[in-house]
Amino acid sequence: MSDVGVAAAPRVQNTGRFAGVGGVMPWFLVPLIMGFGLLAMAIQALPNDGETLWGVLSSPDLMRARTLPAVAAILPSWFTLTLAGLAMGMMFFLMASGLTLVFGLMDVINFGHGAFVSVGAFVGVSVLAGLSGWTSSPEIALNLAAIGFAIMAAMAVTGAAGLVFERVIVRPVYGAHLKQILVTVGGLIIAEQLIHVIWGPAEIYLSRPESLKGAIVFKGVALETYRLLAVAIGVVIFALMSLVLKYTRIGLIVRAGVQDGEMVEAMGYRLRRVFIGVFVAGSALAGLGGVLWALYQEVVTAHMGADLMVLVFVVVIIGGLGSVTGCFLGAMMIGLVQNYTAFVEPKLALVSTITVLVLVLLWRPTGMMSRSGGRQS
Amino acid sequence: MIRILSGDKPGSRFLSLILFGVLIALAFAPFLFDGTRALDTAARICILIVLAASFDLLLGYAGIVSFAHTMFFGLGAYGVALACLNLERGFGALAVGTAAGAGAAAVLALVIGLFSLRVRAIFFAMITLAVASAVAVLVSQLSYITGGEDGLTYRIPRELTAAVRYGEVPEFALTADWVLGGQRITGKIANYYLVFGAALALLLLMLRIVNSPFGRVLQAIRENDYRAEAIGYSVVRYRIAISVLSAVIAALAGSLFAIWLRYVGPDTTLSFELMIDILLMVVIGGMGTIYGAVIGAVLLVLAQSFLRDVMSSAAEATAQLPVLPQLLDPDRWLLWLGLLFVLSVYFFPTGVVGKLRQLRQRRTQSD
Repeated sequence: MSDVGVAAAPRVQNTGRFAGVGGVMPWFLVPLIMGFGLLAMAIQALPNDGETLWGVLSSPDLMRARTLPAVAAILPSWFTLTLAGLAMGMMFFLMASGLTLVFGLMDVINFGHGAFVSVGAFVGVSVLAGLSGWTSSPEIALNLAAIGFAIMAAMAVTGAAGLVFERVIVRPVYGAHLKQILVTVGGLIIAEQLIHVIWGPAEIYLSRPESLKGAIVFKGVALETYRLLAVAIGVVIFALMSLVLKYTRIGLIVRAGVQDGEMVEAMGYRLRRVFIGVFVAGSALAGLGGVLWALYQEVVTAHMGADLMVLVFVVVIIGGLGSVTGCFLGAMMIGLVQNYTAFVEPKLALVSTITVLVLVLLWRPTGMMSRSGGRQS
Repeated sequence: MIRILSGDKPGSRFLSLILFGVLIALAFAPFLFDGTRALDTAARICILIVLAASFDLLLGYAGIVSFAHTMFFGLGAYGVALACLNLERGFGALAVGTAAGAGAAAVLALVIGLFSLRVRAIFFAMITLAVASAVAVLVSQLSYITGGEDGLTYRIPRELTAAVRYGEVPEFALTADWVLGGQRITGKIANYYLVFGAALALLLLMLRIVNSPFGRVLQAIRENDYRAEAIGYSVVRYRIAISVLSAVIAALAGSLFAIWLRYVGPDTTLSFELMIDILLMVVIGGMGTIYGAVIGAVLLVLAQSFLRDVMSSAAEATAQLPVLPQLLDPDRWLLWLGLLFVLSVYFFPTGVVGKLRQLRQRRTQSD
């Protein structure tokens, strides 16, 4: 791709400048966004009743007097929101990681990925409904076991669905982006309609297991138990995934395949098989994300996956297509930004996401951690 | 005649017949069919043809998938609605609203294009999806401007409403009880002809665009962007140009829709369902043909009204069987259209129009 005729050609062309500090730069963005969130919330809390924000900001004395109390006043809710943002980000990561790897490996862009989220959520909810004895008991072990079963069932079903989806929908259109997008959108429509056929057209409400309902209050900061669990699951999965990618043979092949698939195939590895494995694993992770999201929102609809895909695509783009770490950081950023904006100005939640997308693409046109070189079309 | 079509003949006698039939039916719709509902369907078909054809410019001719087409459609519609609400009632408000909507669509398409097409063409699909849903959420939340979920109702010039009467069609009896004509010509019919005329003009304009040297370059880029770049065409510029053009035409279609319906709301102009409908129309009708959009729009509108009836009777007939009634439920018509969509991408990617042209070619070769 050339930049012929574009006035503001990207300056990130020479990777040498970014080789040193550039690699870790994206890691600083997450704390930076946390800082921005705190700042925005503090500024909003500055004026007392009857004062305008501008009045406070324009007089230095008033500013000095108000800053510390404002920060102190919003700090507990900032902690709560940060936890919520991280929990949300973990779920985005689970849903997005498969998508980004599938793209990196085989140049396949799957617009039907959201279907796995929905299917996973519905299967999980059905299992939880079947285990209602376990979920309503106050015992935390039984609650966790119920969620564990729900997650395993959901991952098994979505993994199998991924296998079928890959074979029936994706395989005939390898190498043709336009057809891939069309066919996977068709697959999404069919999957949504099948959910309607199986589970009925109405949305299903559920409630979280007993021990995950409340919040832990720690020094005046309310931390919701379920969000803590979601963050824990997300961190474990991310760590596992990074370890597998870094230290196992299959991880090595996947990473090499993302960088230069043709070379890996030339060396005799059947990248197609690896790809199928990654596709199935990615679908299963999307199903896991679906279960967690269902328990987070306490409602499931057939189009929840399609709705979430909007944010998942933003995550994948700003992370850089093909990069798991970029995807993780992008997911955290989007989760945090969503929550802070929802607190400061609820109407702009989705717009703020687009703003982050625009800023990241201005900075790095192919995403924060995209592979350099390789096929670009 | 061929000149009007910019030298782009339908390429199949059967197809020409269908297109001619559609043209006649739409041109004389107020007199051929009775009732306001039929007229409403005809106007809807006109607008959807323009909308689908403008999407075909992107999908079929430039090979770019956009999910923001309904957003541009909605911009045009809301432009007219807001102008009619805030300006003096009259044709001036319509013109201002249409121009503002088209202008906003052009600027937005340009910005999105600069951001996403510059890097990778597939970014475009994802970014348009994100931007379109952000705009849809914004429109439904900024209710003090856009009316939120309820949408806006407004008044259009009196000359275009049913309140004005221009005259009557002279009656003439073919047989004793088969009488043609006799309908009142109201402003509503004038409004229909505004929609029909504008739609026809836009369709011919699009035929002109795709058969110009500019359109040829687009097709070259679609077939092989590296080669087009190597020949010396700036792929990015051409892609951005066509996405702006297609956005403007979609906005104009939206303005027509707003003028016809006298109501705009997020469900009718911005929803993802409408986007899926457009995709289905273009793919089933035939990508990269413009005529495909005509066939697709007519097919889908007819299917939406008739498929439900067929399916509900089929569901009743199979009520004793286990899963079939749920699959044949009239609300599940999208399932079958989705299947048809996937199958048509696999087995006849050129759609109905491409298939008809192929048949014709095979026949001439065997002669």
